[in-house]
Parts: sequence; structure tokens; C-alpha cells
Amino acid sequence: MADTTSQTFTGPHGPKPTKAFSRRNIFLYGTLLVVTLYYALPLYIMIVTSLKGMPEIRLGNIFAPPLEVTFEPWVKAWSEACTGLTCDGLSTGFWNSVRITIPSVILSIIIASVNGYALANWKFKGANVFFTILIFGAFIPYQVMLYPIVIMLREIGLYGSLTGLVIVHTVFGMPILTLLFRNYFSSLPEELFKAARVDGAGFWGIYFRIMVPMSLPIFTVAMILQVTGIWNDFLFGVVYTGPDSYPMTVSLNNIVNSTQGVKEYNVNMAATIITGLVPLTIYFVSGKLFVRGIAAGAVKG
Amino acid sequence: MTNSVEIKNLDLQFGAVKVLQDLNLDIGKGEFLVLLGSSGCGKSTLLNCIAGLLDVSGGQIHINGTNVTWAEPSERGIGMVFQSYALYPQMTVEGNLSFGLKNAKLPKSEIESRVKRASEILQIEPLLKRKPAALSGGQRQRVAIGRALVRDVDVFLFDEPLSNLDAKLRADLRVEIKRLHHSLQNTMIYVTHDQIEAMTLADRIAIMRGGQIMQLGSPDEIYGRPVNKYVADFIGSPSMNFLEGKIKDGAFHVGDLAIPLADYAFADGAPNNLDATIGIRPEHVVTGELVGNAAYQVDVEVSLIEPTGSDTLVDCTVAGNHFRVRMDGQSRVSVGQKLRIGINPSMASLFDLKSELRL
Repeated sequence: MADTTSQTFTGPHGPKPTKAFSRRNIFLYGTLLVVTLYYALPLYIMIVTSLKGMPEIRLGNIFAPPLEVTFEPWVKAWSEACTGLTCDGLSTGFWNSVRITIPSVILSIIIASVNGYALANWKFKGANVFFTILIFGAFIPYQVMLYPIVIMLREIGLYGSLTGLVIVHTVFGMPILTLLFRNYFSSLPEELFKAARVDGAGFWGIYFRIMVPMSLPIFTVAMILQVTGIWNDFLFGVVYTGPDSYPMTVSLNNIVNSTQGVKEYNVNMAATIITGLVPLTIYFVSGKLFVRGIAAGAVKG
Repeated sequence: MTNSVEIKNLDLQFGAVKVLQDLNLDIGKGEFLVLLGSSGCGKSTLLNCIAGLLDVSGGQIHINGTNVTWAEPSERGIGMVFQSYALYPQMTVEGNLSFGLKNAKLPKSEIESRVKRASEILQIEPLLKRKPAALSGGQRQRVAIGRALVRDVDVFLFDEPLSNLDAKLRADLRVEIKRLHHSLQNTMIYVTHDQIEAMTLADRIAIMRGGQIMQLGSPDEIYGRPVNKYVADFIGSPSMNFLEGKIKDGAFHVGDLAIPLADYAFADGAPNNLDATIGIRPEHVVTGELVGNAAYQVDVEVSLIEPTGSDTLVDCTVAGNHFRVRMDGQSRVSVGQKLRIGINPSMASLFDLKSELRL
């Protein structure tokens, strides 16, 4: 036995050497590079254009970096650009969007998480029927419900107000969010729920003390879904609110699509970036929470 | 009132599937009862019914003389330990232990003293400030037992509490649970599929199959006098040898062999001309010098040997059937060797071939 070990040591040993320019690597990184450019180029053009003055844009070199960097288009997009008759830029729309998004997100997540918890853990009579109807609702095209909701909102006196839009967003978020929470709560170990019942915790006790503390990742996912969905919404915003309460997306549309005067490409680009900034920030900030460990140590680890 | 838990005509069905059928079970005060069965036999379901985590379809459950059939789990005076420990991950050990007491709105001093007492008994005091994620499997299960202990209840329910642990820890905790039962004298109902756990822990074992109790008795009875072939086959490792043949003229005929049944204690007298199965445990087959004392002897050829250290399992063929013999680990046997084995019918079990019930 002792002799054979010394012989085997002449062959390959230690870490296997890797080639930097193998065919596999060239193909892999080449593809990644092309795809990255494909996605990044429009953003690059937007940023570059938004930093140029109109004379420079008229030269027509859309790929060229700005010769003279100016933030004037950004200022104009935020506070001076004209939307129809008023000329106060995106700022009004921004604050409207904030006032729509925050309550809608909070309200829909609270209701949907309780829904999901009840459906997953308390198998009440008719739970499956209720759930099926809810999921079915997710497949009905929005257009079908657009006008009936206008009438409903008018009847309860909320048509054209922010409150009305918040209610609409909350209701429309329900199917997908309930599904999300129900599936997550179902994936938590059932024995935890049983243990809490033996320990005398009730419906709300288990929800607040056991379930919610273990559900940070899914609350994050729900928040990202809702913030981006509601912030980017255009259709409901334009239908259910009035000119004073238009959300930011509608303001953006009005700025970009205004037909009078010169088309100010730099202002349009800046306005578009500002509008997209909120969902973008949400992604960057909450990305870390996304991947956090879930029920570590609850069950056999 | 000597019975701690009484189960009367319990039925449970999920849709058309009957999970438990007309089940009756009385468990004495301070008794350690093990529900034993293979998976899907309804043992965990029965435990969940006793705990109140499942609503029953029919029948009654009484705990300490109170009808708790419709009571909430926390009102039944039970503590429960789960297979996966089910510790609340976001709470410390202390938080886990006191969660139920806080829900019951006990005074703070009472909670503290109970947590202290439980952690002393289970030797988990140094762990009180830790989160479950920072505990080993054995420690987690101790905490889970502690959570039942602080509730200060008469009935403990264990749902396969040791199944997730490795073999050595399992043996250690098994001893500890037994010791705990000795010192606390609580009623314990323990679900397992591990017959070693069942045999070592139980005062009585209930063997379950298909939602019914096949046999209820002391470990000795279950091992020595199984009521049917299923129980006989289920209990014992390696499992019992079965030979199919005929009882005729006071002997069991299988192939050319005729095993005399004079020593066998029939329940209702010896039948004649009946197709039957004889079950002989590998450890009840005698070899070596003792063969001379056996009621019946036969020569076999060794076909396979499985040494386990303490014992050696020897495979051979008796009347065309595969047959296993357990020999001392010291005995020297080799494949192909001729061996004389002795069978004592007094230690064997006879079952009707058709009904599979004990004769």
C-alpha cells in the first residue's frame, strides 16, 4: 500500500487548472455582453440626452456624450413642464402618486396577508370555493370591469378622488397577493401552527406573533409587486381620477405627448427617468431582504 | 377516576375516507402508552384528535373526566411535542417556553418559576437566551419537551419526537424521556413507528393499522403473544419466520416436517385439519449444545451469514421456506455448513391461514 501512494503523486494533483479563454467562456460572456448592451443602451441614451441642451440634441448624435452637461431639463421636467394648461411639471403628479401608492400598498398587503393566512391555516368551510372565485377574478380582463367600477365609484361618491383609486388598486391587488401569501403560509411548517394552538394562541395571536415575524421575505415580495404595479399604473389612474389628482404616469404622458411647441427631447427623457426612479429604488433597497433566510431553526436544520 | 384519557367510539373521516373507525381506548393515570404502527395507520391522526387539532366526525374524548370533544387544544390540559420540534424561530428559548403561559395570562412570577423549573429538569438553563437556530437537534427537542412541561398538565402527547435525531441522540433522549416519566408520573401518549422506542418506553402498546387498534397490551404480550399475523410480523427485528402448513393430529405439517404441538398453548383447544401459519422468532431458534433440549430438531444448510457484532444472523431454508436464525456473535459458522437447529413450539405463534388470527 505504501508504495502505490508515492507513485500516484506524479499524476495531476491539486486544483484543476482553468483556461480563461475557453470556447465556453467566450460564448458565455459574449452572450451576456450582447444582452447587457441591448438592455443598457436605451437607458444610456436617455441619460445622455437628458443632460444635453436642445441645440446639442439637434446635431443628431444620439450616442455621443454631452459636450456641455446641463441639469436644466431635469429641473424643467420636475417643476416647469407644461401638461395641458398647467405648467408645474411632474411634481404634482409625483405627490399624487405617493398619496395613491402608499395607502394602496399598505391596505392591500394587510388584507391579502390575513386572507392568505386564513386560507392556508384555518381551513374554514367554503375556503376552497372562496379561493377559486378569487383566483378566477385574476383572469378577468380589466377592461371588462372598467366602466362598472366608474358607476360604482360614482354611486358611493368617490369617483375622481384619490380614495376611489386607492380602493380600486387594493381590490385589484387582492387575487395575486392572496395567492402569494396563501402559498407562503402553506409552506411554513404546519406543526408550528399546531404548537401555537396548543399554546393557546388564537387567530390573531398566531398571525401576529408567529406568522408575520417569519414572513419578512414574502412581505417584501408583495411590497415590490404592489409598489411597481401601482406606481406604473396608467389606465386606472387616467380613468378614475380627475386632472387635479392625476398620478405621475398620467402627467408624464401629458408632458411627452403634448403637441404644442417644440418637442423637448431632453425634458421628456428626464421626466421619464424621474418617473421610473421610484420602482428602481425599491428594487435596489429591498433586494437584500429578498434573499434572507426564512424559517431558519424552526424545524430540523 | 383512574382513567386519564378515555376515547369512546371515535370516528374520523376526510370526505369518504375513514381514517379512524369506532376507536375505543382507555389510558390510565400515569400510564405510558405508545401508539405504534407503520405510516398511514392513523396513529398521528389519533394523537391530533386527542390534542384537539383535528375535529372528530363522531364519538367522544374525555381527559381527566371532562368531555373535551369540542374543546380548544389549549383548554384540554395537554402538552404536545412535535417531530419537527416546531419551535418559534423568532423567539428565544425562554420566549418559546413562556409563550403559552403568556397566552394564558399567568402572573409574571409564576411564568418565571415555571420556566426555571422546566429548564432545570431538562438542563437547558444555559440556553435560555438563545434562538432555536443556534441549538443542536437534541437541544431543540429538549426545549420542545420543556414547552410541554411548563404547561403543568397531566397528559403529554409526543408525535414521533425522536424521528429527526441521529441514532445515538435518539437512544439518549429515549432514556431521558423514560426518566422524565418516572419522576413526573404524568400520563404520556407517544406516537412512533420505531418498535425499539415502543418496547423500551411503553407500559402498554397499541398497535394500529387502518385506523383501528389491532392489539393493545404490554410490550411482553405484544412480543410474545401477538393476536394476529400482522402484529407478529410487525414486532421484532429481524422479523418472525413464517411457515405455511397444516395442523393435523397434534402436529404442524410443513413439507416433510411435522412439528409436534404438544407444548403450544392454544386459545380454544387444538384444531385438527386446519391450514395454518406457524411463526417462529429467529431468536427463539436454538443451536449448539442446547439443540438436544428442543422439542423439535431439523438439519439445515447455512446459505448466508450477517454478523452484527453482538449477534450473527444465519439464513437457511426450512421445508423450502426462507428461514432466519439468530446466533450468538461468538459462534463460528460459515456458508454451506450443515447446522442442526431446534424449535420450541411453546415459544412459537400459530395463526389461522385464512383469518390470520392467533390460534
